[in-house]
This record gives sequence, C-alpha cells and structure tokens, in this order.
Amino acid sequence: MISIEALNHAAGTTQILHDITLTIPRGGLTALIGPNGAGKSTLLNLIAAQADVQSGRISVDDLDVATTPRTQLAQRMAVVAQRSDIASRLTVGDLVEFGRWPHSKGRLTPYDRAIASHALEVFDLTNLSHRFLDEISGGQRQRAFVAMAYTQQTDWLMLDEPLNNLDIRHARGLMGELARLVREENRSIVIVLHDLNHAAAWADHVVALDAGRVAFSGAPDQVLTAEALSTLYNAPIQTHMIDGRKVILHHR
Amino acid sequence: MPNMRIVLLAVLLVIFSATFLIWGLSGRIWFILELRAVKLSALIVVGCAVGVSTVLFQTISGNRILTPSIMGFDALFILIQTMLVFMLGGFGYTQLPQLAVFGGEIAAMVLASLALFTLIHRRSRHDLQMLILVGVIFGLMFRSMASFLQRVMDPSEFAVVQGAMFASFGGIDRVELLLAGTTIMLLSVGILRWASLCDVVALGRGPAQSLGVNYNAVERRLLIVITVLVSCATALVGPITFLGLLAASLAHALMRTHRHILLLPAAAMIAAIILVAGQALFERVLGLQSTLAVVVEFAGGVLFLILLIQGKIR
Ligand SMILES: Nc1ncnc2c1ncn2[C@@H]1O[C@H](COP(=O)(O)OP(=O)(O)O)[C@@H](O)[C@H]1O
Ligand SMILES: [Mg+2]
Repeated sequence: MISIEALNHAAGTTQILHDITLTIPRGGLTALIGPNGAGKSTLLNLIAAQADVQSGRISVDDLDVATTPRTQLAQRMAVVAQRSDIASRLTVGDLVEFGRWPHSKGRLTPYDRAIASHALEVFDLTNLSHRFLDEISGGQRQRAFVAMAYTQQTDWLMLDEPLNNLDIRHARGLMGELARLVREENRSIVIVLHDLNHAAAWADHVVALDAGRVAFSGAPDQVLTAEALSTLYNAPIQTHMIDGRKVILHHR
Repeated sequence: MPNMRIVLLAVLLVIFSATFLIWGLSGRIWFILELRAVKLSALIVVGCAVGVSTVLFQTISGNRILTPSIMGFDALFILIQTMLVFMLGGFGYTQLPQLAVFGGEIAAMVLASLALFTLIHRRSRHDLQMLILVGVIFGLMFRSMASFLQRVMDPSEFAVVQGAMFASFGGIDRVELLLAGTTIMLLSVGILRWASLCDVVALGRGPAQSLGVNYNAVERRLLIVITVLVSCATALVGPITFLGLLAASLAHALMRTHRHILLLPAAAMIAAIILVAGQALFERVLGLQSTLAVVVEFAGGVLFLILLIQGKIR
C-alpha cells in the first residue's frame, strides 16, 4: 500500500500539490487521471523519489521514500517517466538490460539476461533489440522504457502516460500485460492515463487529480460517472454501457 | 569487437613509446634514455588524466562537447597557483616542500570547483546551455584574473608561474612527475571499479535515480576525481584545451559503446598516443621543439567547431 499524508509541493512560488492525503491499494492496477497540469506527474515523481518531498509523508509499503536508500527503493519500485531523454547512445537491448542494475549492479548473470530477453519478447521488441534508441519510433521507444522497468521486476510499477504514441494493438497489449502482472504475479501498478476507456476497462482503482487536489478516488464503476468526469475535464462527457462494459464518450 | 580495439590501442601506444625512446639514439645513451623516459612518462600520465577526466565529465554533464578545459578547470588551477605565488612571494613558494604545495593546490582546486559547481547547479537547474555559458565566462574570468596578478607581480615571481601558463613538455620536474603521475595512475585505474556505475550515470539523472543510484553523491565524487586529474595534468605540463575533446570524441567513435570499462581506457590511450606520437614526430622527425601543443589545439579546435556546427551539443 502506498500511503500519502498531507503532501504539499511547490515549484518556486507556485503551489502544485495541495495537502494530498491518499492511499493506493496493493495488488491492483490504479489509474491516475486528470487534466493536463493537474499534478499527476509531480505526484508520481514524488512517490518514486525522483523529487524531494517538501512537506508531508509518502510511504511505499513499509518504506518511507524520503529516508529509504535509493538502492533499496529501486528493488521495490520501478518507474517510467513521462519523458525520458537518454544521453548515451544505447540499443534497445542495452536499455532493457539496465533494468537489472538494481539487482546485478552491472554484473549480468545468465538469469538477468534471460529476464531482459523475456521482456523484449513481451513488449514486441525482439526484432528491434539491436537498433539504437534514436533510430526507432516514439512508440517503440516508449515500449522500450516500459520493458526496462518491467525487467526491474519490482513489486510496484509506476508508469507516467505509457500509452503515449502507442498504436491500438500495442496499447491494448500493454494494458493486458499489466493486468496479467497484477492478477498472476500480484504486482501493484500505478499508471497515468488519458484514455478513460482504458481506465474503465482495466483499472481496479481510480484516482482523479484536479489542480493539485484529489477530485475523487474509488472503484472505476462507482467513480467514473458522466457528472464527475464532465466536471473534472470541464467538457461534456457521457458514459454508456455496451455489452456490460462502461464506455466513455467525449469526442463531440 | 571493442575489446580487440582496446588491444590495438595498447599495441599502438607501446610501439610509439618504444619509437619515442630509441629513435635516433646516439652519444650518451643512458643519459638520453633517462631524459626521454621522464618525458615519455609525463606524456603518458597527462594523456591518461586528460582522457579519463574528459570522458567522466561528459558522462556527468550528459553531452559530448563540453570538457573540463573548455569549462575553465585548468584556468582555475592556474589562478590558484598564481594566487599562491602572489601571496607567498616567488621565493617563499619555491622554498615550500613540493609535497605540501602539490597537496595544497589540489585541495584548494577541489574546494573551489565543488563550491562553483554547487553554486551553478543550484541556479541553473541542470540547464546545459546555462552551464556552458557560465563555464566559458568563468574560464575567461579565471584567466584574466591570473594574468592581472601576473602583471602586478615582480619579475622573479612571474618567472615561477610562467611555466604553468603555457603547455610545455620540456623540463618536467621529477618530483612533480612522481607525485602527479602516481595520483593520476591510482585514480585512473581505481575509477574502473566504478565503470558500470558510470554507465548508469550516463543515462541521466532521472533514469539513474530510478535504478537506485544516489546521483548527487556519485556526481560529486566524480567531480572530485575529475578535478584532481585535471590539476595533476595542468601542474605537470600546463593547459591543453582541446586534447580532451579530441581523445573523448575519438574514443566514442572508435569504441561505439556506452560501456565505460572500454571507453575510459580507450580515451586515456588515445590521448597518450596523440601526445607521444606527436612529440616523437615533432622532436625527432621535424626537429621542432614546442609546436605539439599548437597542433593539438588546432586539430581539437577544428573538431570543436565541427561538433558545434553538427549540433552534437545536447
Ligand atoms: N519545474 C516546474 N516549475 C514550475 N511549475 C511546474 C514545474 N513542473 C511542473 N510545473 C507545473 O505544475 C503543474 C503540474 O504539472 P504536472 O505534474 O507535470 O502535471 P500533469 O502531469 O498532471 O499534466 C503544472 O501546472 C505545471 O505547469
Ligand atoms: Mg504529466
């Protein structure tokens, strides 16, 4: 369980997160939704210790992220940032193998390599493993970063808009794989999503942020209502049930 | 195979070193050999320091074009040395035990660069363009402050610091060579234990941190290693601005890998080969004494411009 207590965060004089208190359950897929600039990335980065907690407390299971050594945290939680610019010139295969660093510290065992090549397979990257990151498409690169985090094999997986740039097949494949990880391997996943239908279809839990505050949170069936979503995004949104599934319409 | 290329570089370095030692040997053979061995050792350790420090600096700054010299590290060292001579007087400076001077200068250099780095970091928030600008301005400032102090010094004091201002491979001080050379070799070999950590640091702050690297602490330690290496090299032969850029670029081009266990030795050996081969060519073949630094600066400067034009800066 991730528990967040009285979290405030500011950049310069701008307050980004306002007094957030929230728990994210273990063993489920939690979708983090909300309009651009709501503070989703900021919250995710704080949980993943990518930025220092200014006030309040965040703990992941039994670990306080502010005081736990990074090496220990990296064995518990993997993160895929919204934008990842890598300075080195790496192949997809190299990048994915870096996911084993928290465990192997650079000395890859055959077991580490097997996990990395399995990740390449799962994310449909095996054919691209020798290509350089600056020579593949945005969606392929996005999948490579997810595969790297997957290779880290942590209890918690934090993904910031991983569906960006993905085509329908790969987006669906990724969500399906994440759901499988939750179901079969008892992992916990927090994922920032803009596609509400993916949230409705796959999430076990939804947290909505609006202007740095928690707008609502709960089970998708209960909280993803037309009124709540219309207010959240400040746009007319309808929900319909089709073949027993909730479908969210907002296109016109 | 990158590993084969490392072996090739090592073989080249041995061949050039042997040529440097025995080419045109005549007369008082042992005396000349000893002189040449001292010079050769200086060339090799300086190449090593410049190559390793440049690759490490490019790793922590996440780009392929900045080097410690371009950022004014060696100018800072010269300023510190000049200030020391200025405060102690030329006579006082030369009377101090060499070990104390060497240690003191390096300690001052490490403190100064850490302070500057912290300051720049806090202000510019990992903004590379800002970092370049600040570095270039600081470099200019250090150089002009040093030359101002040298203007107002008396001539005997000036003679003491003059040696430090321009790159020169003649007249290597043996005690200094022993001190600087040992330090450089220990650090350069020791840093290989961190080679795979450097691979992760090269990914950038965010990815490295998410893989469990305490980025700030590692960055600070690497900066100290870089500073000590640059100080030793500058103390020995003076500043050579573009050698590091040349060596690091060639190392990346030749090795085509992100792995520091290969990149670091490659850059060290390439810089050493440039110095040894260049010095052999100029001294023995062309009979010229002090042009090597000029040629290295010219070639490196041209490369710097090419990299700038190609937009390799990132
Ligand atoms: N470094 C920064 N300085 C100032 N404001 C920032 C900074 N980073 C983000 N913000 C602001 O914080 C708010 C939340 O940003 P972010 O967490 O990236 O939103 P989201 O991921 O929900 O789109 C935005 O209004 C953004 O403009
Ligand atoms: Mg975001």
